[in-house]
Amino acid sequence: MKQEKKSLAQRFAKAAGVALALFMSAQSVTAAEPVKVGFVYVGPTGDAGWTYSHDKARKYVEEQLGDKVKTTYVESVAEGADAERVIRQLAKSGNDLIFTTSFGYMNPTLKVAKQFPKVKFEHASGYKRAKNVGTYFDRIYEGRYLTGVIAGKMTKSNIVGYVGSFPIPEVVRGIDAFTQGLRSVNPKAVVKVVWVSSWYDPAKEREAAETLILQGADIINQHTDSPGPIQAAQAKGVYAFGYHSDMSLYGKDAHLTAATHNWGPVYLEKVKSVMDGSWTSTDFWGGLASGATALAPLNPAIPEDVVKLVEERKQAIIDGKLHPFQGPVKDQSGAVKVPAGEVMSDEDLLSLNWYVEGVEGELPK
Amino acid sequence: MIFKLERRVDDSRWMAYLSPILAGTLTLITGSILFWALGKDPLQTLYTFFIAPVSDLYGWTELGVKAAPIMLCALGLAVCYRGKVWNIGAEGQLLFGALVGGGVALQFLESDSAFALPLVLVAGALAGMAWAAIPALLKTHFNTNEILTTIMLNYIALNLLLFSVHGPLKDPGGFNFPESALFTEAVTLPLLLEDSRMHIGILFALFALVAVWVLLSKTFVGFQIKVLGLDTRAAHFAGFKERRLVWLALLLSGALAGLAGVCEVTGPIGQLVPQVSPGYGYAAIIVAFLGRLHPVGILLSSMLMALIYIGGELVQIELNLPLALTGLFQGMLLFFLLACDVLIAYRIRLSPRFSALRKPSSAALVNGADANLSTHSQ
Amino acid sequence: MDYDLIVNILYATVRTGTPLILVALGELVCEKSGVLNLGQEGMMLMGAVIGFIAALETGNLWLGVTFAMAAGLMMSLLFGFIALNLSANQVATGLALTIFGTGLSAFVGSDYVGTPLVGIEPWHIPLLSDIPFVGRILFSHDPLVYLSFGLFVGVYLFLNRSHAGLALKAVGESPQSAKATGLPVFKIRYLAVMFGGAMAGLAGAYLSLAYTPLWAENMTAGRGWIALALVVFASWKAERVLLGAYLFGAFSIMHLVAQGLGFSVSPNLLAIMPYLATIVVLVMLSSDKARVKLYAPVSLGKPFHPAD
Repeated sequence: MKQEKKSLAQRFAKAAGVALALFMSAQSVTAAEPVKVGFVYVGPTGDAGWTYSHDKARKYVEEQLGDKVKTTYVESVAEGADAERVIRQLAKSGNDLIFTTSFGYMNPTLKVAKQFPKVKFEHASGYKRAKNVGTYFDRIYEGRYLTGVIAGKMTKSNIVGYVGSFPIPEVVRGIDAFTQGLRSVNPKAVVKVVWVSSWYDPAKEREAAETLILQGADIINQHTDSPGPIQAAQAKGVYAFGYHSDMSLYGKDAHLTAATHNWGPVYLEKVKSVMDGSWTSTDFWGGLASGATALAPLNPAIPEDVVKLVEERKQAIIDGKLHPFQGPVKDQSGAVKVPAGEVMSDEDLLSLNWYVEGVEGELPK
Repeated sequence: MIFKLERRVDDSRWMAYLSPILAGTLTLITGSILFWALGKDPLQTLYTFFIAPVSDLYGWTELGVKAAPIMLCALGLAVCYRGKVWNIGAEGQLLFGALVGGGVALQFLESDSAFALPLVLVAGALAGMAWAAIPALLKTHFNTNEILTTIMLNYIALNLLLFSVHGPLKDPGGFNFPESALFTEAVTLPLLLEDSRMHIGILFALFALVAVWVLLSKTFVGFQIKVLGLDTRAAHFAGFKERRLVWLALLLSGALAGLAGVCEVTGPIGQLVPQVSPGYGYAAIIVAFLGRLHPVGILLSSMLMALIYIGGELVQIELNLPLALTGLFQGMLLFFLLACDVLIAYRIRLSPRFSALRKPSSAALVNGADANLSTHSQ
Repeated sequence: MDYDLIVNILYATVRTGTPLILVALGELVCEKSGVLNLGQEGMMLMGAVIGFIAALETGNLWLGVTFAMAAGLMMSLLFGFIALNLSANQVATGLALTIFGTGLSAFVGSDYVGTPLVGIEPWHIPLLSDIPFVGRILFSHDPLVYLSFGLFVGVYLFLNRSHAGLALKAVGESPQSAKATGLPVFKIRYLAVMFGGAMAGLAGAYLSLAYTPLWAENMTAGRGWIALALVVFASWKAERVLLGAYLFGAFSIMHLVAQGLGFSVSPNLLAIMPYLATIVVLVMLSSDKARVKLYAPVSLGKPFHPAD
């Protein structure tokens, strides 16, 4: 009897406990505090380029999740001693997830992450991770490969110009992927690169584009932040590709398409995974397949068959049947760097610091 | 005009203390109106801007980290400006100090020698000094205007730094990104407080503060510099060696700025990066003037400047106010401070007719408020 | 290099030099009066953003240009009030003006980022633009470039051929003596500062309305500072400002062209060159004490108050 009674009481207690736990968890779901997400930007949100694309994604997350999320951003954070303080401040302010959106934030992010093990961090474009620090980036080079295909079909002078910012791997990768796409349909075409050593100087970028046009380029691509090159192409009556986002507003006729970042779904995914507790530190490097990289609407001037070709290639990349750096990939001297039947590893892609065959000039060291 | 400014016979000591308070009040009022117009609670915003950043010990340590480099630069500039040597080049001297100091630090990647850190710091200070020696040489031997040469040298130093981190000093294992390898423990500044970023660079700044104070108010050299600033000809007649004073002021200021730079890279940053300084050298110019070229004033104004930066970040985080507003607010505060200082040397009179022609004849007539200030702020 | 390339390089040189000429001519006049205003970057940005907004909202580009000049002028009045009326230190006030202008322009323009605008189109001057070589280089630009030619001539004549210009220079040399001879020192300095502001605003408008018709924060990318170097490089002479601006322009264009031709030089080392050249020129000018007086305004940066 006694024993039975006890077990009954135990059972009762257990049931009550379960009920309570259920109640509590239900409570925490319904009256949950919104997930707080912080963003650290390297430029002003009004830069119309890199930071703008991240801020657009932040707004997208807010739109999608409504009052379940509360976002905060700090703009124009210098990549020096200030970054660490800002990141730490965001962590201290109770943010659950913090996106640090520039390469220079890598070491500060790791330092702060060590002190805030419960806060999740996501760093864009870096290569160092920790238990609570993931990295993410988009394979914009896949989009650039497709623009290369379009350029190869559309160029008449067989010279294509490329306005570069700084010769870091990310930019070189874009140039190489573009050239791979270009030469896959037009082996005679070459790419000329001009570096403006600035991410952002509309006038200088425009001048660089015009210089390239002057030297025979009839299509311009860019890896800088402003629509300066598009404006140059529009004024000179040649074609150009945008970058970051659809830049057709700045040159309706010139703008063939743009390789764009689409951070929105990436961020939404990450925020959701923090909400349901499934977040882990990963190295996300998504391209066309994940939707992180996309092409802006194509200019109607692109012939039907080229559009079809681009669509096919795009699908092939998404299906994993085509890789912009699938062998044989040759360097400028003609030496085979990636043998036929193989593709370049992600590691090699990350540290890419040589030009493929078809790029003119020397890569500044 | 209904109001007219009239020069005081002597600078008002009262106003020297009152004017910052007046400027602060004006900024708070204008700021409140601005925040209110933007639909933010003015009191809460001002609290977040000015009080919240220093509401705990950690906040004060961060304030120190931010204020130290500005203070080091501003102290050196104060010595220069006292002697009317217009060094605008603290930024370049800071960057060059960081570059050379950082370059030396990279030689110690596999060493834990106790001498490494002092060597790095000395290298940084000497580099800053060397960078300031250029305008000193050009001024004393070629009569070249130092305002202009120092501005040019700022850009040259910046580009040398960029060249180095994009090229020779790039981290070999860093995937070609423009930054150096991380410095080792041996060449990193020790922390003063666990769990903070407060490093011994702050002690350097405080030491420099005392040293500059002693130099300016207790030594003959300091006296000579001040006389030089007030009246070059008087200094000349008194037999002061003007060139030596110019050299001294610039070298000292260069060394302090260089030290600030090397402390940044071996302290909170921990490696050479393209963006070592978010304009500390320029901020220091404003800080030096706001601090009336006096060490204690500089201590306070560099802390205020640091607070504005940190507060600006906090209102973004807490209240979603854009950074642009911070710039606006900063500019406003600086304008008010600069504007209110006029009351030290001038008084406001109601109507021009009432201001009699009581014009004082002053040796420092041309130099107006600044020159007189320096005699009275001691 | 072929003929076409050279012509186009020179054409681009003129265009690249134009914003520099505009802001530097303004700064030149300002400095000639003895006032050093380091706020050009802030004034240019305000000119750029206000010009852009005005042009977009009214649909009239020239109204945009006018507003831009007015914006630069307003900013310079702020500087004038603090640095001239209140005799505050000019260097500190100028730097504060740049901080303020950068913040204010970003604040005002935040809704206009990413808005396209059809900018000021080139206008080929009939007959003149048909002249071989010169016509293409000088007379196939947008009207603001022609305006810069006109403004250069105006400033040149003003400084070298007019009584007013003489008065301005006298004020810059020695405000005391100028005042003793009855010149309205204060008024002259104010006008010079205002001219500098309007020109900076115009330079901003050139960037946001003609060169790259768009608004983005900090779009002047340091041109105000280059202009400052330029005035020194030009040893405070209008004709050398013009020459210097085109040299700077040619230099940056050549840097781009050389890359297109396959040369590779460190861009950072190249970026040092103009500043180095400026220092060299400065040293050459000033090493002779007697000669330097011919160039640099003696009282540059020193406050002078009417009450004194």
